[in-house]
Amino acid sequence: MAPLAPRTGDAVFANVERVNAELFTLTYGAIVRQLLTDLEEVEEVNKQLDQMGYNIGVRLIDEFLAKSNVSRCIDFRETADVIAKVGFKMFLGVTASVTNWDPEGTSCSLVLEDNPLVDFVELPDTCQGLYYCNILSGVIRGALEMVSMKTEVTWVRDMLHGDDACELRVKLLKQVPEEYPYKDDD
Amino acid sequence: MIGAGKIKQYANVLDKPLSRGRQEVSLSAFAFLFSELVQYNQTRVDNIAELERRLEDAGYAVGARVLELLCHREKGNRRETRLLGILSFVHSTVWKVLFGKVADSLEKGTEHEDEYMISEKELLVNRFISIPKDMGTFNCGAFVAGIVKGVLDGAGFPAVVTAHFVPVEGQHRPRTTILIKFAEEVLQREARLG
Repeated sequence: MAPLAPRTGDAVFANVERVNAELFTLTYGAIVRQLLTDLEEVEEVNKQLDQMGYNIGVRLIDEFLAKSNVSRCIDFRETADVIAKVGFKMFLGVTASVTNWDPEGTSCSLVLEDNPLVDFVELPDTCQGLYYCNILSGVIRGALEMVSMKTEVTWVRDMLHGDDACELRVKLLKQVPEEYPYKDDD
Repeated sequence: MIGAGKIKQYANVLDKPLSRGRQEVSLSAFAFLFSELVQYNQTRVDNIAELERRLEDAGYAVGARVLELLCHREKGNRRETRLLGILSFVHSTVWKVLFGKVADSLEKGTEHEDEYMISEKELLVNRFISIPKDMGTFNCGAFVAGIVKGVLDGAGFPAVVTAHFVPVEGQHRPRTTILIKFAEEVLQREARLG
């Protein structure tokens, strides 16, 4: 069978089933609220959101690869472009832009002008250390780990802290070649 | 420690124009998020009743906000004061906005005066959920029941709302019924209004 051409983010998004973004936003708000009530420490909530994102990411990557037909990325630059243009569009309905490449090409920024997770949200004074969208950093980390890239994702700008956009810094730590889980001679 | 803090106005979120509500995300993004919500709550409880309670609480918060949003946007700030009015608001407007279609049916309970049922062949939240046998009658629709409860409570119609599976002949998956049992005061008020 001839390989299918990779589809653009818009094409994939038009083909998947969609739900109202407000349901998504409000559900995410309910999750963060539950975490804050249970865990009480903002750091703990950040970690838990990251962990939840990681769990989502390791499953999300399968769906992403299946639906978007992207071919293997040659280098990290292409990976970042694919995440920003196809990945974000396919799931969240918004595209991100890739900026601020460092000279080695291992670290870049993903900038989201429009983030459905933070609609209607305001952070109170007591939660200023909260990375409300930390689930996104977990998703990226989890998804990339499943395609053999160990990364570190940190927040640079956050709309809820007064900035004009959400900016994530993605740094490639190392490429982990896939290990065969079973020993051949057993 | 989380306490009552003053809301700092950075870019005043209340000054931002309200979106038209047309933006969409993929169903799978919502499904992943919902599954994490359920999985997280499973680690915090010991039994099914508590799990349903927690999902309902999460839904309650969503419902309260949905009521405010829809009243302002769709109904021009008109309040529903009659029982049938609020039920049809939930069954049509709320369902249409949240799930993309009106609910399958709205029925009045035959045994009790204060019971009403909204039925759905397959709740959106249950699309990708399968319940293991040992969890018995647990229904993730408790989240939706919480949404309905939040809407009704906020509108001044306190009720007990639960979600149940109802097996249907000829269909492999049972359909889900949201059972709404209104409080005494609601029925009394309704009778007074004539």
